[in-house]
Amino acid sequence: MINSFLVPLLKIVIVLNATLVGVTYMVLLERKVIAWAQSRLGPMRVGPYGVLQPIADAVKLMIKEDITPVRADKWVFTAAPIISMVPALIVYAVIPFGPEVSLFGRKVTLYITDINVGLLYIVSVTSVGVYGIILAGWASNSKYPLLASLRASAQLISYEVAVTLTLVSVILVSGSLSMVGIVNAQYNSRLWFAFIQPVAFLIFFIGGLAETNRAPFDLPEAEQELTGGFHTEYSGMRFALFFLAEYANMIVVSSVATTLFLGGWLRPFPNIAFLHFLDIIPSWAWFLLKSFLFLYIFIWVRATLPRYRYDQLMRLGWKVLIPLAIVNLLVTGIVKVLLLV
Amino acid sequence: MGEAIAFYTLSAFIIGFGVLVVSTKNTVHSVLFLVLNFLFVAALYVMLGAQFLAVIQILVYAGGIVVLYLFVVMLVNLKRPPESHHDPHRRTRLGLGLAAAVLVELVAIVAYGFAQPAAAPVAAAQSALPVSGNTEQVGWLLYTSYLIPFEIASMLLLVAMIGAIVLAKREL
Amino acid sequence: MITPTHYMVLSAALFIIGVVGVMARRNIIIIFMSIELILNAVNINLVAFSAQLHDTVGQVFAIFVIAVAAAEAAVGLGIILAFYRNKETVNIDEMNLMRW
Repeated sequence: MINSFLVPLLKIVIVLNATLVGVTYMVLLERKVIAWAQSRLGPMRVGPYGVLQPIADAVKLMIKEDITPVRADKWVFTAAPIISMVPALIVYAVIPFGPEVSLFGRKVTLYITDINVGLLYIVSVTSVGVYGIILAGWASNSKYPLLASLRASAQLISYEVAVTLTLVSVILVSGSLSMVGIVNAQYNSRLWFAFIQPVAFLIFFIGGLAETNRAPFDLPEAEQELTGGFHTEYSGMRFALFFLAEYANMIVVSSVATTLFLGGWLRPFPNIAFLHFLDIIPSWAWFLLKSFLFLYIFIWVRATLPRYRYDQLMRLGWKVLIPLAIVNLLVTGIVKVLLLV
Repeated sequence: MGEAIAFYTLSAFIIGFGVLVVSTKNTVHSVLFLVLNFLFVAALYVMLGAQFLAVIQILVYAGGIVVLYLFVVMLVNLKRPPESHHDPHRRTRLGLGLAAAVLVELVAIVAYGFAQPAAAPVAAAQSALPVSGNTEQVGWLLYTSYLIPFEIASMLLLVAMIGAIVLAKREL
Repeated sequence: MITPTHYMVLSAALFIIGVVGVMARRNIIIIFMSIELILNAVNINLVAFSAQLHDTVGQVFAIFVIAVAAAEAAVGLGIILAFYRNKETVNIDEMNLMRW
């Protein structure tokens, strides 16, 4: 009873709360990092060094008036932010934060569950998240959000193909679809997959930037374009939900990239006994450190690179990344066969 | 017991959303009900032990094909819905009655067939595939016994892709 | 105790719903979606038998059905778009350009 019900429930509560708090503080982190990149200080007034700024933001958004346009489709208008947020949250069910540890005298695995099609589950759930964007633009009953949402969803489904192909090459190297199996394969092969599959890593990172509508691919939601993108007509908490969904997606992409390419919970050089002193840092701390590195790179890229135009974006996705991903898959397959023979 | 509850709940949702797909006047709502239908069918596949097929159903059907439908619905959305003028030659109630009759007939055939004592022997042993795990078994079959249909399916998808691009272009 | 009979009844019901949709609706996009319902009903049947007979062939066939449905949806929607550009309608009663 405890093992099959209470422990997973506790894990779910911890992971969801940590995610939501993390997402809220991502807003502050982004503002601070971009500010430092631009030689200024960022939010400093609310709380010491601006630490309480997200709370002020949350309170502001919650007490704002919730406007629904007159002829908007009411149910779909309400459901769109939810459809955007839920896939970003339920992906955490399969992300492994650490191996099996013993906690309070019982063995507990540091992941909520490990299904044998874990990677495909992640891809399929994020592909359902596209509906939030399409329906937001549609339900607003207004020209600019509709155009922006069609652009954004076309961008998302284009880069989904490239990302899925890179994941297939990772599956080819690791031989398993489950996330825990992939981390174990990295332990057995003594090298993180980022070194075995550098092209796939790069394509995954660029595709991840495009999938989460982050700069430099954030044309569909930039304020200077199309009056604010697909969430123009949203205000108050629903707008907040869209924004939180974007940051949650960002954290998901970072976590998945960490698990697939940077060794998940493994410390650097996990097989060399010389470096056993690094084991004082627990496995989940390594995971969080690597994910945080990714998030920092996401924000760094936003502060540095200019925005892609829409046709340049689509050209990059279809004519550059997809052929590169296919060639990578081909080369991986050939090398694997040659290594066996 | 748990399986029965799950099955009846899932099938109630599947049939309910199916009826809603067919009967809603608003096309966008119809598409959304179709997505929900597919998600519940994927849950049914998980119950039947076909996990790979369930995620493929969500990824391809709910996340790809229905997005395509949604795009087309938004591009051809008209002010005047097509069902607005009544066609005097159409006998809707007779059609529904006939459909119900066919359904009752199908159910009767199925129930009669399974009530026979000479049912098919349920193979208790796993079929002779050298791998275990649902995805591995599907992959094994796809790449050994059914390799030719697999390759033909990939050609079919390539041809469909080219065809869709050619049909939807404004000028060639 | 859920026997394959239950799954076949579910599949038959979904099939009939799809057929009613194809015959009773006039919006061609709804007709296409009803065809997808029919294909799903067939898939449920295939997977139920695959589970009963412990043979993975049923799931392989279902994957092929999904692939063919994807190809058919893509081409069919392309045809609808091309037709819509010419005649501004999605009502199949008005799609009678080839009638004598």
